[in-house]
Amino acid sequence: MNKDSKKPPDPTFEKALERLEEIVARLEQGEEGLDRAVGLFEEGMKLFRHCERRLKEARGKIEKLVEGAEGAHAEPMAPEELGGE
Amino acid sequence: MNARLPSRQEQPYIFSVRQLTQYLRGLIERDAALRDVRVRGEISNCRCFDSGHIYFTLKDEASQLDCVLFREEAALQDFVPRQGLKVVARGRLTIYERRGQYQLVVSELKADGIGALWLAFEALKKKLDAEGLFRPDRKRPLPRFLERVALVTSTDGAVLHDFVTISRARWPALSILVVPALVTGEAAAPGIVRALALAQAQPGVQAIVLARGGGSLEELWAFNTEAVARAIAGCGVPVVSAIGHETDYTISDFVADVRAPTPTAAAMLLAPDRAQVMSQVATWRQRASRALSRRLAMAERELSLLSSRRVIAQPLTLLNEAQQGLDDLAASAKQAIGALLQARADSAAAVHGRLTALNPASILARGYAIVERMPDRVLVRSVTQFAQGDEADIKLHDGRASCRITHTRKEEHEQG
Repeated sequence: MNKDSKKPPDPTFEKALERLEEIVARLEQGEEGLDRAVGLFEEGMKLFRHCERRLKEARGKIEKLVEGAEGAHAEPMAPEELGGE
Repeated sequence: MNARLPSRQEQPYIFSVRQLTQYLRGLIERDAALRDVRVRGEISNCRCFDSGHIYFTLKDEASQLDCVLFREEAALQDFVPRQGLKVVARGRLTIYERRGQYQLVVSELKADGIGALWLAFEALKKKLDAEGLFRPDRKRPLPRFLERVALVTSTDGAVLHDFVTISRARWPALSILVVPALVTGEAAAPGIVRALALAQAQPGVQAIVLARGGGSLEELWAFNTEAVARAIAGCGVPVVSAIGHETDYTISDFVADVRAPTPTAAAMLLAPDRAQVMSQVATWRQRASRALSRRLAMAERELSLLSSRRVIAQPLTLLNEAQQGLDDLAASAKQAIGALLQARADSAAAVHGRLTALNPASILARGYAIVERMPDRVLVRSVTQFAQGDEADIKLHDGRASCRITHTRKEEHEQG
């Protein structure tokens, strides 16, 4: 898991999926020149790998907003804080 | 006296029904306390007649009282009485002689308790609706894959647990920022307004879920206040309302960008099913591969078609001029068609095929030019063909240009 706060300039997941869908549609139409088709395919494969990695690895944070003298800040939430039965 | 038989006069007095009813009516109507009385109860059996008079029964756990609201008074009331409404009715008591029933002639109706809440609910709903706050075109769509949402809710109770558990199971990538807020009682409305303001100010928050478990109308009341409604309407990011049970509708639900019937439903709405998305991505991957294979096969067919046809059409002289661009074209064709054509590129026959497929027009389109010396229109293949001051005509793919040679420089290594 990549815990760096500075993320690489990844496309957001939604944008990546949108682009993927577009690439698949354009490849299937078969109207692109060969150069372009190969380029699209390579771009698509990169996006597939990106999306699959995100899907498998990405873990969001569960935090709680705590108000203090300095204003509000987010603190990680422990599972036992979630309550429930 | 004692000895006398009882006379007719001493017989007990016998009333007619009418007399008795009138007697009682007189008693009741003369009683100052009953001339202006207030009664609390719930309206039931409410009937409106064409005459404009409204008849209903006020009841509580133990008793009931017939009431009539005459047309003139009915027109003065803030609301129309209806089944189930808790009210305080004010009026005078009388007896309706034809039926011998006592009844309250109502002059004023005021909503009471939950009845008042309902009326406030309806008044606010009407007001905000008139302002356009519920208009569908105000509703902002939710991003399909959210990265961070704020959850405004109480930190005790099952809502928080359920929301986090369900969204985690479906879409673990979703970050959730819990913004604690009281959701019941007097302090709830200002608390929610504040929490909404805090939530939308946090970095990366793409949507806010305003959630609360089920409860009575009173318990859910904060979500029916104007302050909360306006805070939702003014929110900088889309707001999902997830309040109470499926059948509970609050003003907040009408103003929110999306209404989830329950907090659990909100979690399912915001957190897509990861397994489903994964299989979608896998399907796309397959489709892309298949599409590219088809495209490559098509290119191969095109190429063989070209090599069999164009060769006849092209004058050989043009081939000579094209020779210079051959290596370049071969390289780019190889690159584009990739491994598929590798074998073909290696064979002499394929080289010949590609060579004959060279179309001067397409070579020109790649940026090459044909240069002719003027005015004799001799094709120029070497700088040595030029003398300073010569005129030349350059043919590009989309036209010609005339130029004059200012100087020439021969580069020895560029032989052939």
